[in-house]
Amino acid sequence: MLELTDVRSFYGAIEALKGVSIEVRQGEIVALIGANGAGKSTLLMTIFGSPRVRHGSINFLGQDISRLKTHEIARLGIAQAPEGRRVFPRLTVLENLKLGAILAPPANFDRNLARAYAMFPRLQERQGQRAGTLSGGEQQMLAIARALMSEPKLLLLDEPSLGLAPLIVRQIFAAIAEINREHGTTVLLVEQNAHQALKLANRAYVLVNGRIQSTGTGAELLASDEVREAYLGGAGHH
Amino acid sequence: MQVPPPMAYFLQQLINGLVLGSIYGLIAIGYTMVYGIVGMINFAHGEIYMLGAFLALIAFVALSAIGLSSVPITLVIVLVVSVTFTAAWGWTVERVAYRPLRNSPRLAPLISAIGVSIFLQNFVQLTQGARSKAIQPFLRGGVTLYGGGDGAFAVTVSWLQIFIVVFTTVLMIGFTLLIARTSLGRAQRACSQDLKMASLLGIDVDKTISTTFVIGAALAAVAGMLVTLYYGVIDFFIGFLAGIKAFTAAVLGGIGSLPGAMLGGLLIGLIEAFWSGYAAAEYKDVAVYGILVLVLTVRPQGLLGRPAIEKV
Repeated sequence: MLELTDVRSFYGAIEALKGVSIEVRQGEIVALIGANGAGKSTLLMTIFGSPRVRHGSINFLGQDISRLKTHEIARLGIAQAPEGRRVFPRLTVLENLKLGAILAPPANFDRNLARAYAMFPRLQERQGQRAGTLSGGEQQMLAIARALMSEPKLLLLDEPSLGLAPLIVRQIFAAIAEINREHGTTVLLVEQNAHQALKLANRAYVLVNGRIQSTGTGAELLASDEVREAYLGGAGHH
Repeated sequence: MQVPPPMAYFLQQLINGLVLGSIYGLIAIGYTMVYGIVGMINFAHGEIYMLGAFLALIAFVALSAIGLSSVPITLVIVLVVSVTFTAAWGWTVERVAYRPLRNSPRLAPLISAIGVSIFLQNFVQLTQGARSKAIQPFLRGGVTLYGGGDGAFAVTVSWLQIFIVVFTTVLMIGFTLLIARTSLGRAQRACSQDLKMASLLGIDVDKTISTTFVIGAALAAVAGMLVTLYYGVIDFFIGFLAGIKAFTAAVLGGIGSLPGAMLGGLLIGLIEAFWSGYAAAEYKDVAVYGILVLVLTVRPQGLLGRPAIEKV
């Protein structure tokens, strides 16, 4: 479905991706784990054409998207809940969701809104409230729900668990599993919370300094000593 | 109705101030919208307004030359001509002078704006001449609210003043609804809060920015047309003064805030009218610039604006 081949891109003057090749297949949950600054967020933004690919290619559903503009890439069916959530703080929860829905057929709006509210009932309770007044967990729910409103084929999630309490993290990960299972949405998940991400993912990649260091199924990487030491707080903990 | 003379004088200044203020408000919307979405002060906006005034004047002269006498039809045609061509100018200026500089340091588009402003002033001066242009008084007559028998002061409202206030009020209400209720308005507000996120959702950011310039220019064109009607005389330099006053209005209301621009426009109009009426008319511009300095030092976020810290 999505295939990156030897992708290089720059974050400012720094080469953040130094030749990354990954593949996401239809229906999968693929996790991308790695330390802070490894290039995970840059990779997700590079898929969206900002920053642009300097070298290599990005193929989505048989089409090279590496020269398209950001909004054109979104129109092909990719949505993102980005780093830092980026909800529109001075718009209401409902207005944020309406903006998420601009690429979906208007006739599906009510159904999609009902689904989003069923998944995150808190959003319905707060639909008239400005998004900037929500808690971090609620903002993350809104960012995911907003991305889903466009009925994406591929959903990119950037650190959905960052800074959230364990209970909320469990809710968010349950929701991601549900999105993948019930809606058939393919998911590319970037996480520092490697343990949770690897448990959820079909396959995963480990990104180190802008390069893919290892790859395998979620279970394989969970069991790998190398990954356990580097990202799961040492072998002794689990 | 008996109105004591000081009261009558006050009423008259109030009416004059409202008329001026509604025109400043229309221009101020353009400054504040562009600032909200691309974070730059479009210093050529006053010249866009001046172009609107000249296009209206040309349309007037052309229509009276062919002998059209119907007031409503004349108004509609003049409005359409002025708004269409001015909006096209607004669109072009953004494409040519600002878009290529969008990712440059903040100073670059500002300098470009000043360049556009000088270009447009000289362009109109060369093509239309440096002398002021006049049109025949249009839409004569009015209502005397308080008849000034025995040499007392008369309070009058002309039909033109009523037209200006009603028309701008309707426009501002329509514009507010457009921003608050429609998907175009939502996209606009989304872009002014987070351009990149808006594009991730599939919003064509370039198009939204173009639309902003077009709407701002269209409203400035209406202001230009109304001023042409109201004063009957314009020249290539009117954009400078009106531009700075409308900019002051936008800053007073809180730059980036739409209700702020309308409120600021109204206040600047009233301040100018009352200063002219009670203090010294020749110092009215000084009063307005004094307010600009005062607001920038004491309350830079303006009356309805948000403190800059919030814009992370």
